Amino acid sequence: MKIDFEYMDRLLITKINGDIDHHSCEEIRAKIDKEIILKNPKSILWDMEHVGFMDSSGIGVLIGRYKLIANYGGKAGMINIKPQIMRLCEICGLQKIICIYPNKKQAIASIKEC
Amino acid sequence: MKIDNEMKLEFVSKSQNESFARSVVAAFVAQLDPTIEELADVKTAVSEAVTNAIIHGYADRAGTVVIVSRIIGITVEIEVRDSGTGIPDIELARQPLYTSKPELERSGMGFTVMETFMDKVEIESHPGEGTIVHMTKTIKTA
Repeated sequence: MKIDFEYMDRLLITKINGDIDHHSCEEIRAKIDKEIILKNPKSILWDMEHVGFMDSSGIGVLIGRYKLIANYGGKAGMINIKPQIMRLCEICGLQKIICIYPNKKQAIASIKEC
Repeated sequence: MKIDNEMKLEFVSKSQNESFARSVVAAFVAQLDPTIEELADVKTAVSEAVTNAIIHGYADRAGTVVIVSRIIGITVEIEVRDSGTGIPDIELARQPLYTSKPELERSGMGFTVMETFMDKVEIESHPGEGTIVHMTKTIKTA
């Protein structure tokens, strides 16, 4: 599983390349937590462009990372979500804690203001 | 009801098989010419049921997960069976956000997702014997 990390100051932009399910979530969780511990970002933006499938295991991963970041006053956002994954996020009420932005530019501007 | 087509898939309860299982069921359902959304609904529901069988049914031990899928007219029936620990309280397990394994960072939304994405979800479970999740969905575009 390839995960790309990019920074805009202290905003960590995470790009996952592949499906997020129970099988892949352990590796995803480990890699992102390592990055968070190492680089200490304030906020996190999930770029979901290359995630073709996600089930509720992925919701667990997103909420878990949100908790890590929110503990230190950071924010979490998401962009480029496929319609099916958007439906899953809506069912789970994820947008109450992770803001969904129409594009990267707006997400960066909005999260960095906080 | 006349069964138009039927398939059975049996695999070891390894998490590597989750994507394999949902892809096989999706390929089987594809003969009803579903929309991309309907197909993704089925894939997600199967993924949830198979994940439950692996995490909760068998916990850390190896077991066999069986999927039986039937096509009856424009409706697809999917049964996901395990012979694991079973669910002591099905009503509780169906509650949104309920998880018996909070330490695993589970969302507790598995059954809610299945219920939302499929037309009907029935759970049959006996402690010590296993669980059968029976789901149906009518492919409206078929």
